[in-house]
Amino acid sequence: MKYILLMSSTKAGVSGYRTWAQSDRDTHMQTLGAIVKGLVETGEFVATQPLAEPTEAKVVRGENNGLPVTDGVFPEAKEFLLGYWIVDVDSPERAYAIAGRISAAPGPGGIPTNMPIEVRRFA
Amino acid sequence: MTEAASTSPWDPASEHLLRELAPQVLGVIARRFRDFPSAEDAVQEALLAAFRQWPREGVPENPRGWLIHVASRRMTDMVRSEIARRDRETVATPEDEPAVEPVDKMEAEIEAEMDPEDTLILLFMCCHPALSPSSAIALTLRAVGGLTTAEIANAFLVPEATMAQRISRAKQSIRASGVPFRAPAPQERGERLPAVLRVLYLIFSEGYASSIGATLQRLDLAREAIRLTRSTRALLPQDAEVAGLLALMLLTDARRRARTGSDGELIPLDQQDRSLWDQAEIAEGTALLTLALSKGTVGLYQLQAAIAAVHDEAARPEDTDWPQILALYELLLRVAPGPMVTLNHAIAVAMVHGPASGLDRLQALDGDERLSGHYRLSAVRAHLFEMLGDFQQAIHHYRTAAAGTTSLPEQNYLIAQAARLDDAHKEPPNRQAPSES
Amino acid sequence: MKYILMMNTMRAGAGVPAWPKADLQAHIAFMLNLNRDLRDSGELVQAEGLSFPDQARQVRAGKDGVPITDGVFPESKEFLAGFWIVDVDSPDRAYAIAARISAAPGPGGAPLNMPIEVRPIMSAPPPEML
Repeated sequence: MKYILLMSSTKAGVSGYRTWAQSDRDTHMQTLGAIVKGLVETGEFVATQPLAEPTEAKVVRGENNGLPVTDGVFPEAKEFLLGYWIVDVDSPERAYAIAGRISAAPGPGGIPTNMPIEVRRFA
Repeated sequence: MTEAASTSPWDPASEHLLRELAPQVLGVIARRFRDFPSAEDAVQEALLAAFRQWPREGVPENPRGWLIHVASRRMTDMVRSEIARRDRETVATPEDEPAVEPVDKMEAEIEAEMDPEDTLILLFMCCHPALSPSSAIALTLRAVGGLTTAEIANAFLVPEATMAQRISRAKQSIRASGVPFRAPAPQERGERLPAVLRVLYLIFSEGYASSIGATLQRLDLAREAIRLTRSTRALLPQDAEVAGLLALMLLTDARRRARTGSDGELIPLDQQDRSLWDQAEIAEGTALLTLALSKGTVGLYQLQAAIAAVHDEAARPEDTDWPQILALYELLLRVAPGPMVTLNHAIAVAMVHGPASGLDRLQALDGDERLSGHYRLSAVRAHLFEMLGDFQQAIHHYRTAAAGTTSLPEQNYLIAQAARLDDAHKEPPNRQAPSES
Repeated sequence: MKYILMMNTMRAGAGVPAWPKADLQAHIAFMLNLNRDLRDSGELVQAEGLSFPDQARQVRAGKDGVPITDGVFPESKEFLAGFWIVDVDSPDRAYAIAARISAAPGPGGAPLNMPIEVRPIMSAPPPEML
């Protein structure tokens, strides 16, 4: 069964991340990297994609005279997608367990960030 | 595989030949070297070498001998490196080292040791109950089906590296379980065969389900399942359930072209254009089923095949012999009870005794925690309410089912059913916003 | 250059769209044609539809590695309904594809004008390199 695991944040959240000590950021990234490596080894990994903060994001709404109507403004408080993991697992519980591990990735001082990870099954 | 494309196209006959030979070669090499996991890797490499070289150089005179040659060379290389590694790490005693015989003599012996039973042994190993269904499916498709890792990965839409790991771990589990490369004893066979049939059926289901709106590149898993089941039947010609499973696959596959609409939408059984059904497959499936049932036992796949046969023999939906289907579901409830069987049984009850009776059956399922909230329960309920003429309830349950399904074509279908009824039976105007047009 | 195009859906519990059947079919056909065109042009990398938000779970780390799976989403949360990853020659091409998605027909055949979020992505490094 294929699931997508979504991690989101706000501009404030990302600014907060930028104040972490470099070593804490490195540890956080290494933990996530190790999780992905583990998923390749268990044969569950499908894809992962980090997304940068949406300074380059555009929201497109329909067409006007054949041209896209774009709006680059991203409201301060709006949640945006930071990245996702796609896994192919044998049960929903396995998807939740993987999401739980991502959520437990350490932040400043080695304390788990406890970020909420949205788990969605593919249609 | 990054070789440049060969100038001559890879023809289907050669591809088919390679796939047929793969398990034969694997069987004999696994037995000779007493190392199934490494043998499987070696045979994979031989297959890939054939894919690269045969289009350029032509199919060899003795294709099986060629594969054995390449695979056993690979095995002896692996054995030699293993010995070298151990020599570096320990002082090996003479008894530790497997003899590395002269290759030509060994290959001739290997070819002579070929045993048709080997494919059966491989099937039992790859479908070992210790493996998860997805692992067993992947390993069976590679080791017995002779497919490449890339083909299997593509069929399941996962990266090749992931599929390679899945198969590697499956082999490690087999090694850890200590299963010898030997046919299961007759009494064991009876216990182990259901696992094999389940894996074959899962491959078929995956292929059949994903055939809706599928892109052309993907391997036809349903056809692969049929091919593997035919091979199994050739190895176990007396087994009624194997025949039953093959019959079920053929009788189901026969409807394939009628199942999907031009926009990739799902078309249910009672709306299919039956002139698109494959009569040859139906005839073969029916004949097989008759043969299977004559053996006197009645198993899960034979019963499902029988139900499929009753549907397939009806020229029009209204000609369907529902009382017979009902009787078959009642048997199936005794042989292999489960929530899905109960659901289908409820539909049959409705067709014979009216939708109210069918709905009563569904009430019993509300308490079943395996099914409560399951979208199929809502979908069947919706269908029965529609039969009953309670359209608002039907619409409500179709939409509930749509929100719960994880298959896009099914979701589209269920939403469309709700819309169809909604269009036809609009609620009185004072309870709804003015309809758009 | 690669972009991800994201389409959001109604909130959980708002139910499935209750449009007339013909309009639903037009919407579905539109999406199928779009994907077919993107495949033919070689621009489609991946297109996925997600299950309804009713099935969504919010998961947090729990104690001893047992995840907490009954978290409640904020009322105002928008849910991802589907996404496309396209590989195109310019940002304008990505916006044009997004505009086409946005203009998918809804009730009465009128363009929905859904907001489609377009974000540039770089290929994720292969797992071996992480």
